[in-house]
Amino acid sequence: MVVIQTAGEPTAKPTEIPGPAPAKIAKPHASLLARKIASEIGVDLSKLTGTGPGGLIDREDVEHAASPTPAIQTGAVRVKISPLARRLAAELHVDLSTVHGTGPEGIIERIDVEKAATTKKGGTEKSGEGMRRAIAAAMAKSNRESPHYYLQTRIDMSSALKWLEETNQKRALKDRLRPTVLLIKAVAKALRDVPGLNGFWIDNEPHISKAIHLGFAISMKGGGLVAPAIHDVDQMTCDGIMAALHDLIPRARSGRLRSSEMTDATMTVTSLGVESVFGVIYPPQVGLIGFGRIMEQPWARDGMLGVHPVMTASLAADHRATDGHLGAQFLDALNRHFQSPESL
Amino acid sequence: MNEADIKSAIFAGLRQIAPESDPDSLGPDQKIRETLDIDSFDFLNFLIALHDKLGVEIPEADYGKLTTLSEMTRYLTQRS
Repeated sequence: MVVIQTAGEPTAKPTEIPGPAPAKIAKPHASLLARKIASEIGVDLSKLTGTGPGGLIDREDVEHAASPTPAIQTGAVRVKISPLARRLAAELHVDLSTVHGTGPEGIIERIDVEKAATTKKGGTEKSGEGMRRAIAAAMAKSNRESPHYYLQTRIDMSSALKWLEETNQKRALKDRLRPTVLLIKAVAKALRDVPGLNGFWIDNEPHISKAIHLGFAISMKGGGLVAPAIHDVDQMTCDGIMAALHDLIPRARSGRLRSSEMTDATMTVTSLGVESVFGVIYPPQVGLIGFGRIMEQPWARDGMLGVHPVMTASLAADHRATDGHLGAQFLDALNRHFQSPESL
Repeated sequence: MNEADIKSAIFAGLRQIAPESDPDSLGPDQKIRETLDIDSFDFLNFLIALHDKLGVEIPEADYGKLTTLSEMTRYLTQRS
């Protein structure tokens, strides 16, 4: 058994990400989390009074605004429900008295409502309806508000696959790494080099995240997808990421994701069995990286033509937050990490 | 283990990872992953289940030899 180590200590790069000059309009004094939630559930911050330190609008204020009463009555039974879940339930016409809460103290969470929305329909044809609507809302918002730019590059995967093969040779079937692990790890490292794509665009300004929580797109059986976050993925080993995926994928498919996994992703990775991917960013994130299939392709190097395993990586990024130059730097960093897989 | 046992182990494994699909409808030479829409992670779990059940070692280099029912049955029969 080999122990795979991540390369040396994470070096915080002092890369300055020049955001657009902040517009000098009076902005509500609110925490980043509050802004993010407000933008997701459509609460107007300027109408709120903050109860946090110094009148800061915090998460609680936003959630309170979304649901003026913390609990509702259904018959004689009080139903505990998160504001987000309640809003979703109203949108999806889910009767809350039929929903079983799985949150702390039996509180009904968004995921419970989604599950109820899919099961109440019965039959497999409509089982993805709640999720379909959620995707529709997010993607429409992205397409409406976020001017995407796309960059793509072909990456020679010879070294990465060779390293993977050598590593896996010594391992039992269940401990073997999938190439997906390398994709995730390389993206995490490239984001550390070029952090400008890791974060959100909220209230007309970029919010770069120090933590790297990569959303990993998982397609659902019978349609739809979710992209739950793998937290602090830059600090995980390849084995750790593999274990995380083994844990995450079945939970995603059976609707047992944690709410933090549903909301925390700072960038999204998607991998599809096609030549190249042109993705739609999941708002308020500012970047999505898509990987195509690894395919044998003609590859010229040192004046010689050979056949190499090649993969196309494509970046969809929000042009409000970054420019193509930064996107190109990111893809370049990504490529470099694939060329030295032993340090991934 | 005879061929019938191996086939039933394969079918049981497929039902486990793709409960909504119908492995019986699978033709002997159809690509399993594409036909039943199984991603690489589920496929790996399927191989792990087969390994546990049949005790057959499957090196990674052989994954490509296991794309259809007939390939898989032949491969596992030879090695179990």
